[in-house]
Amino acid sequence: MTRPDRSTILDARAMSRALQRMAVEVLELARGTDDLVLIGIQRRGVELAQRIAKLVEAQEGTAVPRGALDITLYRDDLETVGPKPVIGPTHIPGDLAGKHVVIVDDVLYTGRTVRAALDELADFGRPQRISLCVLIDRGGRELPIQADIVGATVKTSPGERVDVLVEELDGHDEVALIRPVHTAAAP
Amino acid sequence: MTAVLGKDLIGLASLTPEQIRLVLDTAEPFKEVSERPIKKVPALRGKTIVNLFFEASTRTRISFEFAEKRLSADTVNVSASGSSVQKGETLVDTARNLEAMRIDMVVIRHQSSGAAEFLGNRIRSNVINAGDGKHEHPTQALLDLLTLRDKFGKIAGLKVCLVGDVLHSRVARSNIWGLLKLGAEVAVCGPRTLLPRGIEQLGVRVLDHVEEAIQWADALNVLRLQLERMEGGFIPSLREYYRVFGVTEERLAKAPRPLTIMHPGPMNRGVEIDSRVADGPHSVILDQVTNGVAIRMAVLYLLAGGKPELADAAKGAAVPD
Repeated sequence: MTRPDRSTILDARAMSRALQRMAVEVLELARGTDDLVLIGIQRRGVELAQRIAKLVEAQEGTAVPRGALDITLYRDDLETVGPKPVIGPTHIPGDLAGKHVVIVDDVLYTGRTVRAALDELADFGRPQRISLCVLIDRGGRELPIQADIVGATVKTSPGERVDVLVEELDGHDEVALIRPVHTAAAP
Repeated sequence: MTAVLGKDLIGLASLTPEQIRLVLDTAEPFKEVSERPIKKVPALRGKTIVNLFFEASTRTRISFEFAEKRLSADTVNVSASGSSVQKGETLVDTARNLEAMRIDMVVIRHQSSGAAEFLGNRIRSNVINAGDGKHEHPTQALLDLLTLRDKFGKIAGLKVCLVGDVLHSRVARSNIWGLLKLGAEVAVCGPRTLLPRGIEQLGVRVLDHVEEAIQWADALNVLRLQLERMEGGFIPSLREYYRVFGVTEERLAKAPRPLTIMHPGPMNRGVEIDSRVADGPHSVILDQVTNGVAIRMAVLYLLAGGKPELADAAKGAAVPD
């Protein structure tokens, strides 16, 4: 019998503080907003990119181009997944040549999503630089990929799951760690 | 349970409303792929697809080929003329020989109704029906549904009339299934010689005059009048047909609301449709062609690697309509 055990890693206030710090770090990394483009990875990455963009805009007073990227068609395991994943919209704001693209995602784990995102972005143009910004780094990398900006680092094991909830889609902000609890089966 | 498409796409008669909606929803993001600077995604990399066309086709074959190439599949085109089919090889032998070369999917157009299903039951590769005799042309109906949904926002409650040679039309048959399953009202309009007997039993309204159709419908899907029908004695002459059933600007001027005009192509201008209507502001005929590529990409994506068990499971879980 398996019953999941759920604990909060970041509550709404902690998540808000993390995002504010991440917005500042994005600005420092990109040295302002001139060439900055924020691209969120479907699903929750899009909302997080939107939040960071708003925070950056509030601080700098200039609009930041933002986009959405669905990496499903670039996955390396499409062959093996059961029902085909639903594909979300992809929208890239203008030409990426010469830009500093910051990819935003909710959780960095194996690194395979980021690998797919890099391949997909390359088909849209040749940015000057691509950086990676994630709310949660949960370790467990299977590819040589690291984030430039991290909201929080959490040690997890493969059976566990990190759920990022955002108000826009889930009603409230929270990051939770879901642990399967194994209880002995009745004899 | 998430809807899946299964191994083959034979027709809309055997799909559930959920499966039809899955294809339409999946086509949405594929529209954007064709607008990219590099119109290609690696989803079907390494897949080999054979386009097996026993009947002439330009639009459908090219549309499938674009869809396949934009998904990075490798494609081979086989047409009946100039192949071993001319030497008397059977359909199954042709397909088994192709399969022996390790292909993954077959897109088939054939003059015999049932050819696609026959093939699908005999080979392991995914089979997509690109038109079989008078039976079905599912991807055409799906792209028609997508075009209607783009235009009206929904299919349920829409009034759609198929005008012309419904009797010989696989496009009409697939459209009727798809529209009814998604909750549209469907009518057919044409000379009685070109309407299948008993079509009312499907829940389809029969209109004898094109003027009635124009009064009733939100959209007209004008079917191609195959020129050989005249020799078959189904209509007296093409001019007579145009005079009685032609969709003309004069007739449309009397419509209570602007009518959306569709045509699966290729058009006979001045036979079933007036040029001014085909090129007019309410024509979505070229949108249909654009949507065709997205629909076919969606179908290829959803079927790739699909196993028969998945389709059966989906049918078992679905609510009967």
